[in-house]
Amino acid sequence: MKPPLIEIRGLTVDFETDNGRTIRALHGIDLTIERDTALGLVGESGSGKSITWLAALGLLGGRARIGGMVTFDGEPLIGAPVQALEAVRGRRIAMIFQDPSSSLNPVHTVGHQLGEALRLHRGLDAGAAAIEARHLLDRVGIAGAARRLQDYPHQLSGGTNQRVMIAMALAGQPDVLIADEPTTALDATIQAQILDLLREIRRDTGMALVLISHDLGVVAENTDQVAVMYAGRIVETALIDELFDRPRHPYTRGLLAALPDLDGPRRPLRAIPGTVPEPGRLPAGCSFAPRCDEADAACAATRPSLRMIDPDHVAACHHATSIAAVERLERRA
Amino acid sequence: MTAALLEVTDLKMQYAVRRGGPFFGRTTTLRAVDGVSFRLEPGRTLGIVGESGCGKSTTAGLVLGLIPATSGTVRFDGQDMPAPDTPAWRALRRRLQMVFQDPLGALDRRLTVGRQIAEPLTIHQDGNRRDHAERVREIAASVGLQASQLDRYPHELSGGQRQRVVLARALILEPSLLVCDEPVSALDVSIQAQVVNLLLDLQARLGIAYVFISHDLKVVRQVSHDVAVMYLGRIVEHGDPDLLFMTPAHPYTAALVSAIPTARARRSRPRVILSGDPPDPMTAVAGCAFHPRCPAAIARCRTESPALRALPDGRRVACHLAEPGILKTGIAHAVE
Repeated sequence: MKPPLIEIRGLTVDFETDNGRTIRALHGIDLTIERDTALGLVGESGSGKSITWLAALGLLGGRARIGGMVTFDGEPLIGAPVQALEAVRGRRIAMIFQDPSSSLNPVHTVGHQLGEALRLHRGLDAGAAAIEARHLLDRVGIAGAARRLQDYPHQLSGGTNQRVMIAMALAGQPDVLIADEPTTALDATIQAQILDLLREIRRDTGMALVLISHDLGVVAENTDQVAVMYAGRIVETALIDELFDRPRHPYTRGLLAALPDLDGPRRPLRAIPGTVPEPGRLPAGCSFAPRCDEADAACAATRPSLRMIDPDHVAACHHATSIAAVERLERRA
Repeated sequence: MTAALLEVTDLKMQYAVRRGGPFFGRTTTLRAVDGVSFRLEPGRTLGIVGESGCGKSTTAGLVLGLIPATSGTVRFDGQDMPAPDTPAWRALRRRLQMVFQDPLGALDRRLTVGRQIAEPLTIHQDGNRRDHAERVREIAASVGLQASQLDRYPHELSGGQRQRVVLARALILEPSLLVCDEPVSALDVSIQAQVVNLLLDLQARLGIAYVFISHDLKVVRQVSHDVAVMYLGRIVEHGDPDLLFMTPAHPYTAALVSAIPTARARRSRPRVILSGDPPDPMTAVAGCAFHPRCPAAIARCRTESPALRALPDGRRVACHLAEPGILKTGIAHAVE
């Protein structure tokens, strides 16, 4: 049996501050990415969804201490020599980010940057790279590819720049694409185009996708499975329909209740009171307890670990089972 | 009909821009806002939606007199808006406040938030210092800030708390109209809901009217009594939010609605994916400005610009095809 494409076990990240203190930003993340699947990672700012992937790929810099295990296709990534990392990063695992124009080099043409990626990741010579670059721009739906290769990033729109970033990601023929808020900076109709393009590429190549987003709607429409993060931990994981139809963690339920609808009757939004705790100042017990309607003494005292609630559905909440039971009763009534 | 608090008629904002080569660029006219008209009654909310470059923020600037209009009129409470920086304009500006997207950028990092909330009182020389402190505490309480937070600096507060500070500062002079430009876009979902609920609550209690500008259709539907959809400087559809978002009459509204991913009711709506980028406002398009991206465009759309006209259900729409039936088949055909 083939090992999973990416396996993350007990991943922790500690940051050293100027006064010698260490602050834990990630508290033991477990995630498995299988081939040809799409995983959504949702959570509010500071929940640790981006840091998880930066840490897994060794992109966090010297101040971060990383613990735990990350393997790609069975080979360890954490602690691996730079050469081994370079063979995977950008090539078999590609990343795209929120702001495409700041990820592209403003002083080089699009063609130059695509060519560089192709030489680096595929070992193509200049001639072959030029042909392949045109092919890639066609692939991501940029009209007049030959002309666009001569353009600088500032001459292109935000949507087109994100297409260029996707083309660069595809240059290494990756097994998985980590897309960190790929459409957050784009207009709605352009967001729809980019998400459609990602779906099409996945259909054609079987590339796996990790979609990091604060937008539950974007995740709902584009992934098979979702992990919800809060304050540096995963608090709930489930298949997409299961999560949206039967959320078990009060934080997930809160996020859904806080989101306005586009159709159906207008209802008052239920805001989650308070704010996300700072990384160095997590409460004892459950990190969500101070903002939670369901919290009791047990929640303030002990931190719940992830437990199976339903098949393929885990949640880290002392009350998840009773929430599930009450809901089943309500459904029957 | 209730008297309008704000009445905007055929508002235009154009400027000459040079484009092309470094030496002999030709001059073209950029129509940022191209004939916008609407009215807003006291205590009501007009939502303005559209993508970047559609002119929604420029419209806000024109309404407040922060940007001079090329032509058209803005009437506030039955009076023409006085010229900017005149005493009459300053007197009126007390009743007309604005809130922007980025609360940190709108606050001074060197002053405590309490002093910043009091600042409009000082500028408009309204009451004495003791009276100020009392009013700051009152307004802070009504936006949900604690008294202890008034001595803090902006960086010591969370994003949602900062947006409350900005709201408190805008509300302390008890304005009749608040123009909000993407007021919750930078906030996390749970905090966004807090601020949206706060705005609705303040409107119910104080009777403030809002012009609420946002790219987020879901938030706009939540707060608005009326919605105007803008495309390239013009209103293309205007009316009841449920009417517009559930049965859009303009193909652009339809595309915008279908582009919004939703967590609930997944994949139940037809998808309309527009080709091409939002148009460059500097390139004049003959006929309907939307026709190059429109899945339903016919020959007439390429030559004749559609005027905004009322439909029997009360909305206004600028589309040659917006008759019941015709548009539906047009879009369905294009999607298949």
